Amino acid sequence: MTEQEEKQVADLLKESMPPVNRELECDLWPRMLQRLDEGSDRRHWIAVMFSPSALSAVPWFDWALLAVLVLGVCVFPRSIPVWLYHF
Amino acid sequence: MGTLEQPPETLQRFAAGELDAFETLFRQFQGEVYRWILRIVRDPAAAEDLTIDTFWRIHRAHARFDPTRSFAAWSRRIASNVAVDHLKTARSRNTHLDASLPVESIQDLSVGNPAIRRELRERTQLAFLQLPAKLRAVAVLALIEGLPHSEIAEALDISTAAVKSRLFRAVRMLRKKLGNLDTNHD
Repeated sequence: MTEQEEKQVADLLKESMPPVNRELECDLWPRMLQRLDEGSDRRHWIAVMFSPSALSAVPWFDWALLAVLVLGVCVFPRSIPVWLYHF
Repeated sequence: MGTLEQPPETLQRFAAGELDAFETLFRQFQGEVYRWILRIVRDPAAAEDLTIDTFWRIHRAHARFDPTRSFAAWSRRIASNVAVDHLKTARSRNTHLDASLPVESIQDLSVGNPAIRRELRERTQLAFLQLPAKLRAVAVLALIEGLPHSEIAEALDISTAAVKSRLFRAVRMLRKKLGNLDTNHD
C-alpha cells in the first residue's frame, strides 16, 4: 500500500467525517460525585471492611490485642469456649 | 494533553486515595479527556458518559498510579481503552455495502457531481463504522485527526509498528469495502 493510497483514503474520510473539535460545555464533577456515591453503595461490605484504607485506619494497639488473642487461643485452645461465652 | 501538570504532592495525595486531590485532577483534566474521547467516538453525548467512566476507572486504580509519572499520559491511556471498549460494544448499523460504486461514478467526482459525492460520503461512513474497533481508533486518530504515529502508540499503549500495522489493515479494509478507488477523485 502506497502513501498515495493512504492519502486517498484519508481525504475521503476527512470529507465524510470532518475532525470533531468541540469543548466540554458543562462541569462533569457533580455527575462524577454521583457515580462515586453509587459505586461505594454497590461495594460489598466485606470489600469495604477489608479494603486497604479501612485496614490502615485500625490503630496499632488493636492489632496487638488481636495478636495476643490469637496467640492465647493457639497456646490454650481450651479457652475458646470461655472467649465465645464472653463475646 | 497535560500542558499543566499537577504538583507532585497532589499526585501523591491522589495515589493515596484522597478525594480532594482526585477532584483537583478531575477538574483540570476533564476537558482534555473529553476532547480525546470525542476524537475517537465522535459522539458528544457518549463522550461525556465515557469521560465519567474514564475517571471512575482512574479513581478505582489510584493505588496503581505512580506519582512520578505523567498523570496526563496515564489518563489518556485509560480514556483510549474506555473509548475503544465503547466502539466494540456500540450497536453497529445493520446496513451493508452490497456493491461497490461503479468506477464511472467515482470518476464523476472529478467534476464534482454532488449526488455521487454525497453517496460516496455515506458509503465511506458506513465502511468506517464496519471496521473493527481497534482499527477504527487508529484510523480516526491517524487519518482524520492527523496525529503522529508515536502519539497514537503512546495513547493506545501499543508500539509504533502496531499502529502502522493497524493503519495498513484499516486502509486496506476501507479500500476493499469502497471498491475501486484507483481513479483520481480530487
